[in-house]
Amino acid sequence: MAKSEYIIEVNHVSKQFEDGKFALDDVSLQVRKGEFVTILGPSGCGKTTLLRCIAGFQVATEGDILLNGEDVTEMPPHLRPVNTVFQKYALFPHLNVFENVAFGLKLKGVEKVEMERRVKKALKMVSMSDYEYRDVDSLSGGQQQRVAIARAIINEPEVLLLDEPLAALDRKMRADMQLELREMHKKLGITFIYVTHDQEEALTLSDRVVVMREGKIQQVGTPTDVYNEPKNCFVANFIGESNILDATMVKDRLVHFCDRDFECVDKGFGEDQEVDVVVRPEDWYIAEAKRESESESERREGEKAKGEKARGRKKKEDPWQLHGVVQSCIFKGVHYEMTVLTDNGYELMVQDYHCFEPETEVGLLVKPEDIQVMAKPRLYNSFEGEVLPDNRVAFLDEEWDISDRTAERFDVGEKVEIEVDFNHINLQDDEEDGTLSGEVHFILYKGDHYHLQVRTDDGDDIYVDTNDIWDVGDRVGIKIAPSWIRLYKVESVEGRV
Amino acid sequence: MPYMLFMAFLVLLPLVLIGIYAFTDMQGHFTIHNFLLFFSKSEAVNTFIYSIAIALLTTMICLVLGYPAAYIMAMRSFRTPAVIAMLFILPMWINFLLRTIATVELFHMFNLPLGEGALLFGMVYDFLPFMIYPIYNTLQKMDLSLIEAAQDLGANRGKVFTKVVLPLSAPGIYSGIVMVFMPTVSTFAISELLTHNKITLFGSLIQRSFGEGGTTMWNYGAALSLIMLVIIAATSFFGQGDADVDNQKGGLL
Repeated sequence: MAKSEYIIEVNHVSKQFEDGKFALDDVSLQVRKGEFVTILGPSGCGKTTLLRCIAGFQVATEGDILLNGEDVTEMPPHLRPVNTVFQKYALFPHLNVFENVAFGLKLKGVEKVEMERRVKKALKMVSMSDYEYRDVDSLSGGQQQRVAIARAIINEPEVLLLDEPLAALDRKMRADMQLELREMHKKLGITFIYVTHDQEEALTLSDRVVVMREGKIQQVGTPTDVYNEPKNCFVANFIGESNILDATMVKDRLVHFCDRDFECVDKGFGEDQEVDVVVRPEDWYIAEAKRESESESERREGEKAKGEKARGRKKKEDPWQLHGVVQSCIFKGVHYEMTVLTDNGYELMVQDYHCFEPETEVGLLVKPEDIQVMAKPRLYNSFEGEVLPDNRVAFLDEEWDISDRTAERFDVGEKVEIEVDFNHINLQDDEEDGTLSGEVHFILYKGDHYHLQVRTDDGDDIYVDTNDIWDVGDRVGIKIAPSWIRLYKVESVEGRV
Repeated sequence: MPYMLFMAFLVLLPLVLIGIYAFTDMQGHFTIHNFLLFFSKSEAVNTFIYSIAIALLTTMICLVLGYPAAYIMAMRSFRTPAVIAMLFILPMWINFLLRTIATVELFHMFNLPLGEGALLFGMVYDFLPFMIYPIYNTLQKMDLSLIEAAQDLGANRGKVFTKVVLPLSAPGIYSGIVMVFMPTVSTFAISELLTHNKITLFGSLIQRSFGEGGTTMWNYGAALSLIMLVIIAATSFFGQGDADVDNQKGGLL
């Protein structure tokens, strides 16, 4: 058997359910021996399905899973050297604590004295030594979970799979158990794969975090990586609080957002490239700052703003990068969380140990290394379609009107590429009013507008920028004014021959 | 309060009356003669033992047939388990006397002799749903992650069944046994119809004590009823200890 560097290798695994939905979509993941890896994502992102494929309760539709270099994709769960801690503990109600923990050993035919020794050891490990002969139903949630962990680790698996094991516990208990799990991982030295939807838990526990969404892996990295260098808006938004803003990369190390240029540390995006930036609320420096209406000479005295160069020339020298007014201030225990409306109309979330009362005029600063620049996954909606007679075009299984001027450049029946800007899609309260209907699927606040992902009833995604407030799950009608539908010729294969 | 009245008049009073009749003679004097009469008649005692044997056999057959049926239904191999469950329950919508008479006709049609075989067939047919339903109920409510947990800990399909599924469905099995055994031990119509009165069960014995010869046999009949009551009570309490633990998980009793 070829020994691999990795204990678990998931290669291009897809899982399609009977209804045709993909729970996993081409997922690849490698886990090293002894690692603590957390799979993190909102409910329905496929994290549990991935875990169940590794455990063997579900068989991947495509791709393969290697355990220690051995293909186990279709191996039944009872033959795999992995054990699972289930979300709702799944303790056998007809057995007491001892019998539950000994279940695996009994099946293996371990002799009685040895079994007793190992059960005691496992129970000691989870600090449940005195509960051996208790009925499992008489235990509290936390105690049941400890027994479930003991039952799994007693078999000395190579990999321990944990499916949201702490989800049912209260906050305090959860924090204690997190520490204990961390300790246990160190002591046992086995690989832990941990599934959770709780980002704090993921960041606290893991060596590496795998962020998933809609069956796809979004980012894999250390907790600091995923927090400080999120790869896309979803990761930035899901992990921690964040200000996500539309921006333009002016050139290397200079990015333009909130109507001004900021120095940053990112490069390689190209000039004038549209990007997203993330600034964590705790990375803003905030202080009271009266708006300057005095003479120019006084302003000159102001400290030279660090990041200001080239582009910001029309702005006067000013220690602050942004000015604004505090809108709200909430005490969060350790820090205050404030929303600041900048003079140029962006709403930013700022966290600080000091409280700035609403109506306070403040200045904001951010260090170049605290600005995270991310490539935009798309700059506009693009669809494939076909030109129809009477100034119409077909895409997304619907017919849409287009302007005369656009129509006359194309022949009827021609295949075209269609582009629509995010801000030119009109959402209607009443589904009937739209050419197409769909459901708001994901919302991102971008400082001065919302970026919505609307999923049509056929499962296509349309991205919309809007100032209106919608909720996830809202049914909407989708309309596009004829003049905003751009058409491009498709260089078809036949055309080229 | 209305419940108390209901219980008093329709449950307690009849029980007391049975007790009084069983321990008195026709003149109303206290006696245990009725019981002695029963135990001195070997014919009666044999009928009693035979009835219990038939009831046990019926219960066993129902269990053997019903458990797999309930298991298949509960394990969701069917897209619509409710429909399948319905198919098992549906015969109960027809009065059991009509069903039994139909069974007799069935035996005539295929030229099969009536007798012990027909009796067993008829009883199993009549009482099978009572076995399936409680077992289906417990299995269906069973947490499927328990099966996964057992697999995860190294149990193959056989072990999963013997170590987890079977013990966890014990309350359902117990309910089913009681629900089949109780009515079969006391049945009389089925045996009369399906054996042409050739086989007398204990239920028939009681029925005849009350039915024939006016009121002369009432005291004896009451004594027989009391004996049967004791047997049924005994089966009800048998195994109660085990069932207590997870009774809330779906047994019918």
